[in-house]
Amino acid sequence: MSLCTELVLDITYHQVKAPLFLVAQDLTLFCICVNVQSQPASLAAEDISTNSNGPKQDSLFDDDPEDLFAEATEEVSLDSPERDVLLSDGPSPAITPITPPTSVITPRIVSCVFIEEEEGGDSFDIHISVSDPEKVGEYMTSMSLFKRSEFAVKRRFSDFLGLHSKLASKYLHIGYIVPPAPEKSIVGMTKVKVGKEDQSSNEFVEKRRSALERYLMRTVKHPILLKDPDVLQFLESSELPRAVSTQALSSAGLLRMVNKAADAVNKMTIKMNESDAWFEEKQQHFENLDVQLRKLHTSVESLVCHRKELSVNTAQFAKSAAMLGNSEDHTALSRALSQLAEVEEKIDQLHQDQANADFYLFSELLGDYVRLLTAVKGVFDHRMKTWQKWQDSQMLLQKKREAEAKLQFTNKPDKLQQAKDEIKELEGKVQQGERDFEQISKTIRKEVSRFEKERVKDFKTIIIKYLESLVQTQQQLIKYWEAFLPEAKAIS
Amino acid sequence: LHCVSVLLTPRAVNVDLQTDAMLQVDISDALSERDKVKFTVHTKSTLPNFKQNEFSVVRQHEEFIWLHDSFVENEEYAGYIIPPAPPRPDFDASREKLQKLGEGEGSMTKEEFTKMKQELEAEYLAIFKKTVAMHEVFLCRVAAHPVLRKDLNFHVFLEYNQDLSVRGKNKKEKLEDFFKNVVKSADGVLVAGVKDVDDFFEHEKTFLLEYHNRVKDASAKSDRMIRSHKNAADDINRIASSLYTLGTQDSTDLCKYEQMLSLDFTRSCLHKIEARIAADEDLKLADLLKYYLRESQAAKDLLYRRSRALVDYENANKALDKARAKNRDVLQAETSQQLCCHKFEKISESAKQELIDFKTRRVAAFRKNLVELAELELKHAKGNLQLLQGCLGILKGNT
Repeated sequence: MSLCTELVLDITYHQVKAPLFLVAQDLTLFCICVNVQSQPASLAAEDISTNSNGPKQDSLFDDDPEDLFAEATEEVSLDSPERDVLLSDGPSPAITPITPPTSVITPRIVSCVFIEEEEGGDSFDIHISVSDPEKVGEYMTSMSLFKRSEFAVKRRFSDFLGLHSKLASKYLHIGYIVPPAPEKSIVGMTKVKVGKEDQSSNEFVEKRRSALERYLMRTVKHPILLKDPDVLQFLESSELPRAVSTQALSSAGLLRMVNKAADAVNKMTIKMNESDAWFEEKQQHFENLDVQLRKLHTSVESLVCHRKELSVNTAQFAKSAAMLGNSEDHTALSRALSQLAEVEEKIDQLHQDQANADFYLFSELLGDYVRLLTAVKGVFDHRMKTWQKWQDSQMLLQKKREAEAKLQFTNKPDKLQQAKDEIKELEGKVQQGERDFEQISKTIRKEVSRFEKERVKDFKTIIIKYLESLVQTQQQLIKYWEAFLPEAKAIS
Repeated sequence: LHCVSVLLTPRAVNVDLQTDAMLQVDISDALSERDKVKFTVHTKSTLPNFKQNEFSVVRQHEEFIWLHDSFVENEEYAGYIIPPAPPRPDFDASREKLQKLGEGEGSMTKEEFTKMKQELEAEYLAIFKKTVAMHEVFLCRVAAHPVLRKDLNFHVFLEYNQDLSVRGKNKKEKLEDFFKNVVKSADGVLVAGVKDVDDFFEHEKTFLLEYHNRVKDASAKSDRMIRSHKNAADDINRIASSLYTLGTQDSTDLCKYEQMLSLDFTRSCLHKIEARIAADEDLKLADLLKYYLRESQAAKDLLYRRSRALVDYENANKALDKARAKNRDVLQAETSQQLCCHKFEKISESAKQELIDFKTRRVAAFRKNLVELAELELKHAKGNLQLLQGCLGILKGNT
């Protein structure tokens, strides 16, 4: 019986007035709202991506945070003060269903990222609310990850990066696809720090907030990562030790860059005997996918840009048409031209909204997936490295055996014993190496299949949303032009 | 490059319901060759001065300009709004795009290349149709004008089946024109400052000056808006191709939706939405504004000519007074004054009618185009809505 936990998080952002001279990585704190709910598995799939939208989600900003959870937590039946936090549980916690296996309870965590205005703190608040699983019949799940059902924490941007860095170091090399964290942007961040309250810095903040939400969502959607103690600590504990090695220009950062370069060189020299066609096929598949997604991403970014341009030009035309209407001395035509100007103004607004949808729905998702694919490719590389390590151990063992054989004919019992000991050790290593390789191969197969499912689901959801936004636009257009037509016909 | 030939349906018949004979002119065919366009001007007429009742000649753009200029330079027509000359056929932008496409052929899939090529060819065709329409409108306006239709040069233009040997203006002549225009606009400012006694013309002057500027602005802004629209449409075209490639690459069951998505979605929905709208806006809105920009300029020119005639008349009056006072060359001055008076009154009379007609035409043209614009926008929006809802239905149902 497998358990699937869906965690949806809300991240809000606080602005702080920062002194100019502070160059520290970030003073911004993010507030993460986590609402843990349980829902039957079949339902869990539908509701996940409801809240990952961009700035259009005004309702999130205006509503009382409690209301948001009110509807989300309606299924809470128990409080869980007596629940233990299973922080160090294995990958699949026990679940003891008593009722027939057709209804599987899955705790669902709803995430919502919203921005709060709080004085004195640039912060992202993580509000976490855990609702207990519904009791269906005699159902009881013993999995309970969280101490409380609803809580909030403040996190810095660097905390997110720190979390990712920890997860990457723990899980990447054994084949888990760890979602990459949003990218740092020194330029953008400095602008926000200086306190510039202009359009572009607001956009930057929103972009970052939205990116963090998606990142966290992906991380906690992963059944293994969710149970990681670092993740739980990140979500729960009020104080988090400051992650120091994530600064862009720090020595640790430079070290990371050097390691990455070394890795790249190593990868080129590993020639692996691929016995499993599945891996070769998948690697090729991901290469192609990467190329396609990058191309698509570029096109969508270009579209966003042009649509913004279109919006500006439409607004200008609207003003011009209004002026023309003013100078026209035929009354009915004058009125019609003014109406045309109004229609164009409304259409300009539509274009702006559409551009936002293009961006937040489409473009950012594509960007995320381009980065995700890098992680996927990394995982394949790790498999190669694991294989290499195994092969190296085998070759070393071989050498040692040959050396031992030679030593047999000499009269050096100490050396011989040492050789035998080394061989024993190496045999163990070789066995471990083989196990590791098989394990990582198995993990990757599972991860890839999960990744592909998620990808298809994600894209489908986004495309449906995008089409729905287009539908809305068309409906609005029809309204506007239908209102205009009689005015045009009234010209005589 | 391409040789494109277009057969157009004949335009509305110009029938004079009075005793004047019928004169119907249209451009029945056009050929685009390298850097020139050859228009086949087709005439149907019962006028006695033509040898036949129906005939065609081939004309190029320079010959249209020659005809227009001959009207402008004819003193007899000073009191009329001369129909604005059609703009020069300009395929440069389109040709450049086609060339770029050819150069970039290697970097895109065959699928993409064919699609973009089709798009560009459609664009080329659209520009071509437009330039034919502009030339035809010019001829029709002349044919509809009670006085201009009788012009001899016009008849030669229509009937003479040899090359009119109208070379384009050489550098010297172009420079002369340039200076003439400079003087005219300086004059125009001078003359515009003089308040007209006649209320009607005073009002028209103020109105036209402002209107012309605003139409110019609106025309420029609408061009920019439509260009942005076309850019967005091009992007969507590229996105559609990418989605298609993505969909056809993924052959697993999981990704069947991507295939169906890309096929239906991209082909029908996305591209049509933006490109058609841009094209129609271009036709109904931008062209309308451009045309009235030129017409309002022609109307301004008429007013200028009238003002010039008025100034001449006033000067002749002053000269006559002076001559009478000195009792010298009185007869000469009197004749001159009478000529000026007669010219001014003739211009004023016809100008009044012309300006009234201009207003009527303008209102009618705007009405027609605005209504058609709104109807087209509605048609597209409704069509798109249907397509989108169809797509959504398929996607949502295909879990």
